[in-house]
Amino acid sequence: MLVINSIEKGIVIDHITAGLGAKILNYLDIDTSEHTVAFIMNAPSKKYGRKDMIKINDVTDIDLSDLGLIDPKATVNVIENHKVVKKIRLEIPERVVDVIKCKNPRCVTSIERNAPHVFVLIDREEREYKCEYCDDIVSMKGDWQNEIMRKEWLRIKSRK
Amino acid sequence: MLKSRNLIEPMDLSVEELDEIFDLAEEIIKKPSEYSNICAGNLLATLFFEPSTRTRISFEAAMLKLGGKVIGFSEPTSSSIAKGESIADTVRTVSCYSDIIVMRHPKEGAPRIGTMVSEVPIINAGDGGHQHPTQTLTDLLTIRSLKGGFSNLTVGLCGDLMFGRTVHSLMKALSRYENITFILISPQELMIPEYVRKEVLRKNGIKYEEVRRIEEVIDKLDILYMTRVQKERFFNEEDYVRLKDHYILDNEKMALAKEDMIVMHPLPRVNEIAVEVDNDPRAIYFKQAKYGMYVRMALIIKLLGLD
Ligand SMILES: [Zn+2]
Repeated sequence: MLVINSIEKGIVIDHITAGLGAKILNYLDIDTSEHTVAFIMNAPSKKYGRKDMIKINDVTDIDLSDLGLIDPKATVNVIENHKVVKKIRLEIPERVVDVIKCKNPRCVTSIERNAPHVFVLIDREEREYKCEYCDDIVSMKGDWQNEIMRKEWLRIKSRK
Repeated sequence: MLKSRNLIEPMDLSVEELDEIFDLAEEIIKKPSEYSNICAGNLLATLFFEPSTRTRISFEAAMLKLGGKVIGFSEPTSSSIAKGESIADTVRTVSCYSDIIVMRHPKEGAPRIGTMVSEVPIINAGDGGHQHPTQTLTDLLTIRSLKGGFSNLTVGLCGDLMFGRTVHSLMKALSRYENITFILISPQELMIPEYVRKEVLRKNGIKYEEVRRIEEVIDKLDILYMTRVQKERFFNEEDYVRLKDHYILDNEKMALAKEDMIVMHPLPRVNEIAVEVDNDPRAIYFKQAKYGMYVRMALIIKLLGLD
């Protein structure tokens, strides 16, 4: 098995459904950050057979709860001094702001700058979300890659 | 008091709140002079980012009849929008000096932006093809006043049932009442969308029937709600010419209908109701426009908390 050095301080996103790791990376906009990031695909997992995994060095104070939108099965471990100090179970969020981008060209968010993109969960089973403005519906089970807005926190942090 | 400060979509209002509004509207119809000064000192702003003379005049008439005053713009070319101001900034500014805002915009969900920044209540007067709640209130008050309530009605909806938002909203609103039957009369091309069938009809266990011609079913109806069938919606001219007569109401078809059926139409009409029908006492579409003003009067009073 591939061994990645454990990290002293940082975040480990574990138990990512195999195949969704790349989507999470894209959402986090990690490729533009200067942090050391390890991305493991198709690692064997006792729970799910195969899993993806992401380790980010030196970052601990970020809110990753919106990741539950992409993969509610993933877990987030915060590590300090080589020890897990916090374990966050992701959940399907009820409401997300500036995570899903509305694709309806008739939606007011297509013309109003600065309007937050707000989506509300309407069907937990199907993981369907509805745009709070135009009622357009997207399912997070389907192919939704383009609807996810990229986070910019890592880029901002790595600038200083 | 209404639970929500704004009216963005018809379902913002519970059945009980709707009844409160309709009770008030009927009170105003009975004793208009008692309400002719109730909104004195209040200013209603009409922000029409897209022109709709009919709706704007109805709101302005409603406010003026209540003793309030009106300001606003009727198309974006004359407004700050033409200079690139955001919706949020426009609404926030206007809400500083008005007491209630009526907003129409071509983009879906635009009034929702208004509610996020406004200091005063917002009424959606149409946002693209999305919602037009005061049209639904108008339709409901008309039905309640002329049919005595909403239960046990067979409602025929005729014309463009695919793109007609007024029809979808009305179906959704009526589906909350007991023993409603819908008869949907449209050409194949303009049948109701599947999501309406699923979300409104099947979900609420509503009885419905889909047919092609008015003549087949008009004798069963308590209400016939007519809408326009636009030529552009058809694939070709031939189909339009062949089908359009089935969706034009005339005296010959009216002869088959019940004595107490009412004919409704959101107006403006083009040719889907022959002018000869206007003199039939069952043709109540102009009365419906009047109910539209009264229901807006009641809504303004309620949202301003003046009742
Ligand atoms: Zn939208």
